[in-house]
Amino acid sequence: MTVQDTTRTDTGAIRYEPQDGVLLEVEDLYVEFHTADGVATAINGVSFELRQGESLAILGESGSGKSVTAQAIMGILDMPPAVIPQGHIRYCGHDLLTMDEEQRRKTRGPEVSMIFQDALSSLNPVFPVGWQIAEMFRIHRGMNKSDALDQAIRLMERVQIPAARERVKAYPHQFSGGMRQRIMIAMAIALDPAVLIADEPTTALDVTVQAQIMSLLEELQEERQMGLILITHDLGVVADVADRIAVMYAGRLVEKAEVHELYRSPAHPYTRGLLESIPRLDQKGQTLAAIGGLPPNLMRIPPGCPFNPRCRMAQDVCRRDLPALREVAPGRLSACHFAEEVIDA
Amino acid sequence: MPEVVLSAQNLVKHYPIRRGVLRRTVGHVKAVDGVSFDLHKGETLGIVGESGCGKSTLGRLLMRLEEPTSGSVVFEGQDWSGASPKDTRRLRRDIQIVFQDPYTSLNPRMTVGDIVGEPFEIHADVVPKGGRRKRVQELLDLVGLNPEHINRYPHQFSGGQRQRIGIARGIALNPKVLVCDEPVSALDVSVQAQVVNLMEKLQDELGLAYVFIAHDLSVVRHISDRVGVMYLGRMAELGEEDEVYARPTHPYTQALLSAVPVPDPTLRGKRDQIVLVGDVPSPANPPSGCRFHTRCWKAQDVCSQQEPQLELRDDGHGAHLSACHFAEPRVIVETTDVSGLQPDTRFTTTEVGDVPDSGAGLGAAGGGEELGSSQADSTAERAEAMDPPARRPDDLSALTEDPQDRPR
Repeated sequence: MTVQDTTRTDTGAIRYEPQDGVLLEVEDLYVEFHTADGVATAINGVSFELRQGESLAILGESGSGKSVTAQAIMGILDMPPAVIPQGHIRYCGHDLLTMDEEQRRKTRGPEVSMIFQDALSSLNPVFPVGWQIAEMFRIHRGMNKSDALDQAIRLMERVQIPAARERVKAYPHQFSGGMRQRIMIAMAIALDPAVLIADEPTTALDVTVQAQIMSLLEELQEERQMGLILITHDLGVVADVADRIAVMYAGRLVEKAEVHELYRSPAHPYTRGLLESIPRLDQKGQTLAAIGGLPPNLMRIPPGCPFNPRCRMAQDVCRRDLPALREVAPGRLSACHFAEEVIDA
Repeated sequence: MPEVVLSAQNLVKHYPIRRGVLRRTVGHVKAVDGVSFDLHKGETLGIVGESGCGKSTLGRLLMRLEEPTSGSVVFEGQDWSGASPKDTRRLRRDIQIVFQDPYTSLNPRMTVGDIVGEPFEIHADVVPKGGRRKRVQELLDLVGLNPEHINRYPHQFSGGQRQRIGIARGIALNPKVLVCDEPVSALDVSVQAQVVNLMEKLQDELGLAYVFIAHDLSVVRHISDRVGVMYLGRMAELGEEDEVYARPTHPYTQALLSAVPVPDPTLRGKRDQIVLVGDVPSPANPPSGCRFHTRCWKAQDVCSQQEPQLELRDDGHGAHLSACHFAEPRVIVETTDVSGLQPDTRFTTTEVGDVPDSGAGLGAAGGGEELGSSQADSTAERAEAMDPPARRPDDLSALTEDPQDRPR
């Protein structure tokens, strides 16, 4: 598919309007890493869509491809070694992958933006934070220095950084982890993006700070009607925030469901296993049922279902045929040959 | 109640802050500031708190990896402070530690056999020289690793397996107490449960007592018999797992519990949310009186003037230790007792058979350069890691992480 009906304004900029409420559509995306040792398929035919005002959680362990998905959407994968052999990422109907770099750069920030896990290494240590936030306005909006700085202060106040006016000249190392993450959020929402991708935004933070950051994110999403993609491994955070959940395993989507459905009756043995293997704060004396084994090496994904070596339900068919992601109940997708049995269990 | 094996008595650790040319001491970071507790035989004491609260320093003090500024550690009635180096070494045999990061706490230049067997070099009388290799293999087997992998290097194992190696080293000398400093926080969700289950199994089999230091309150609840909550170098609350989680009386514990997300979307918006403002104050200059008063919604004048003692305070059902002038129980999480329930074994089990692709390679996710070339066996070529692009090693490291052996 090529770039479709590109509507250009007089200045040559593309105008982006969501189509039927769909902001972002990822279709049959593949990402490979070509290394000296071979090809690692980090993403293996992933499709999903994000609607206006929706929170979609991408849940997975390290190596499941969740962060690579985010980086592919943002266009910040290192290529090489990464290669996108096929797939589409459409933002409001425009394929980001076929867009020229100039246009694509104009989407990063005003249309789609991202928050990273490690705020300290994502911020530039040698510039004051205010300067870094203001940069968004200077570059994308062409503001002069003092106006941009005023905007930066306003944003810092919006993300609840105390004494923003005084601290605008401070450097990243002078802030605590939670405050740094707020600065990252300020930068990400500076240009009013329609889509915000948060890649493990609270993993490095303490629980009390995590709660503050998550409620700030929820509030901002509500206020600006952003589409939020929350990438995480934390089943607790997901339960608090997400509307829909996509579970990834070894580069594939294995289950997609509305949040309540997924927690009530998971439709994939991996999801089910995850839910039973985590200890819960509100349960006493529970037995943890660990999933045995380890996630597979992406260079040698086992034939059939990638989860089959760790799955107790695995039959011959699982070792032979790759289960397709199919609708197993209204609005619920699962990539398991025995999804119906798993749901009913 | 079983006998006390380890007892911390008013432990204090202050680190000097030195400034200027003369390196004059201008203040102290009060990392641990008067912590006392008893650890009983065979029990697990969980220590929770946010980063910077002193929980890791406490673990190091218990091990005598740090010399306390004052206070003492008493092991089976013997005071460890002022013990001669010889006595210290003998005591260390009974108290061992497992570190957080399985990537940096194992020497990449030593084989697994050397790492797990190293305690026998120092404590030569535990196992005679000829029997060491066999003993190491037994230990590997005990922690669920393949004993034949004794000649492999740490980088050839995944994170969960490395943590098993760390545990094998920790239990090599048959200690009575194992201090575990964030033993599962570096691990993936699905692997974390394997290691937690292993630790519980070892406790049952070997009668170990654990001091389990972690920031994950759910894991601590699961594994602990008793729990201590630390804030800025002091113990805020200490009690049985049930007392602390179901009937917390200290506002800090309550705030901490309310912030932990529970994996149940039906509870969304229904839970008691206590949002603390601000960050933890600096331990170099802790607030006067109760250290939590700067962030506490209950604080009164007395809180900034008078330090509340850790003493038995009413929790509605009985009493447990809490350091708050205005201690009163508040239900933060509705606890369900699920001790009778067994998870559905069709989906999860610790006894999954071998993954067919056992011939796969492991990356140098944290192990540095390739070190396996000295090995003659087939692992050498596999050990060559694909080079993860340096920028985002977090996800790519897992590309190279790969099953090689499995808990059997």
